[in-house]
Amino acid sequence: MRRQVPLFITFFVGTLLIVSVFIPPMENLGEDFTLFFDIIAVFAFFLGGGNLLRVHLTKLYRKSPDWGFSVVTVVGFFLMLAAGLFKIGNPGDISASVTAEGSMFQTMFNNVVLPLQSTMYALLAFFIASASYRAFRAKNREATILLVAAFIILLGRTPFGMMLTAWIPDSWSVLQVPNLAIWIMNSPNLAGQRAILIGIGLGVVSMSLRIILGIERTYLGDDR
Amino acid sequence: MKRSSLLVLAVVVILFAISWILKANQLSATEENYILEAFLITFAAFLTLSVLSFLYKDNPFYKFAEHLFVGVSAAFWMCLGFWSTLVKNLIPRLSEGLSEFFNEPYMPGDYNFFFWIPVILGILLLMRLSKEHGWIARWPLAFIVGTTAGLNFVRYLRSDFIEQISATFVPLLIEWQGVGHFFSNFNLAIDGQFVMMLSNWVIFVGVMCGLIYFFFSKEHTGVFGTASRVGIWILMITFGASFGYTVMGRISLLVGRLTFLFKDWLGLIS
Repeated sequence: MRRQVPLFITFFVGTLLIVSVFIPPMENLGEDFTLFFDIIAVFAFFLGGGNLLRVHLTKLYRKSPDWGFSVVTVVGFFLMLAAGLFKIGNPGDISASVTAEGSMFQTMFNNVVLPLQSTMYALLAFFIASASYRAFRAKNREATILLVAAFIILLGRTPFGMMLTAWIPDSWSVLQVPNLAIWIMNSPNLAGQRAILIGIGLGVVSMSLRIILGIERTYLGDDR
Repeated sequence: MKRSSLLVLAVVVILFAISWILKANQLSATEENYILEAFLITFAAFLTLSVLSFLYKDNPFYKFAEHLFVGVSAAFWMCLGFWSTLVKNLIPRLSEGLSEFFNEPYMPGDYNFFFWIPVILGILLLMRLSKEHGWIARWPLAFIVGTTAGLNFVRYLRSDFIEQISATFVPLLIEWQGVGHFFSNFNLAIDGQFVMMLSNWVIFVGVMCGLIYFFFSKEHTGVFGTASRVGIWILMITFGASFGYTVMGRISLLVGRLTFLFKDWLGLIS
């Protein structure tokens, strides 16, 4: 029951979806299963929220170190949940979009989630800069190529890059840094990406087969 | 709490209050709800600065922002999933009463008994929270993994394998009218004949060499080794370009946040 049923479900669903591609009346099965997937994913969000609450309420109950920050998480969670589920401050009736302008949900998103999310990602700019300072050494030919490509792309996307090579005539325009950056993105970069994608494609296909046939079972975890 | 920490907290609270008052004063002429607007802008600026304070070191303000982000984001995705997937796509297919309650148009023609399957599997997924019956959550997990495997098998075979190979076979001679014409009209314009041909050569040879580099069943020596080395160079250019692209993306986000701080909050930029 604990291992055989999940293995059978995986085999049945995976095989059905592959077979459906070859049988016209079953063409829409993929769309339906994608929707099934989305619906289960919503329950997974509920599971994530429930687990988050469990972890932080346990920290609060035990008065673990930094338990005060768990209060912030729990309060933020419930405020956003109430604003979203009850559509507080939404213009119109219950059928109005949850993300309608003026709703508390959207206001909290614009003033809490958005600043936090974009600043978290922006923070990475500093870490990437410091990491590249340490890692980017033109030690050999390969490292030099990587360094030069990154430098051209960076320079090509700034006004300075445009200013630096604006004097190059149009008949040699590929040598202007912004154009060179575009050319690198569209040609050698595309070639490399494509080689990697073909490898990924083969990898995904073989891994899918391993999962469907029950050879790969790590997703089931241990027997506890 | 240490005395120095209390002092820092007091300073931050006072600065927040001053900023709120000044911003409210500034917005009073243009905004109706200027007190709330001023609070929201000041709070967003406080959160931005709290996250950026991590550049100095881990500190309570960063932890506050981090914990708030986790809680609010979890609820955000839950609500969005509930309204956009369950209410919009599931309920109109299952229940007329619930559709009326949520004011969603009921679709009797679309009623599908099979849509109870993801509901049951979703509820089983929640059993993961139980220590005793957590193993039942493997069933919906198996469904998710099976669906992903089945869909990706075909999707990746088409888009990442067949279509990528097909797109690699590009014409290596473009608008070719002979060697004399080629050299007499030679230029390095981005949309010129030479650059377009060079691009196609680079794509074709680059993909072949990149694939040769990933082929480990034959020793990389001789011509094969040379092609493999060219493959490494192409991959290095790809990694460099991806790195540069990512850095620029992050920097544009940082510029966005700095613009918010200096323009929307402090009003120093017009």
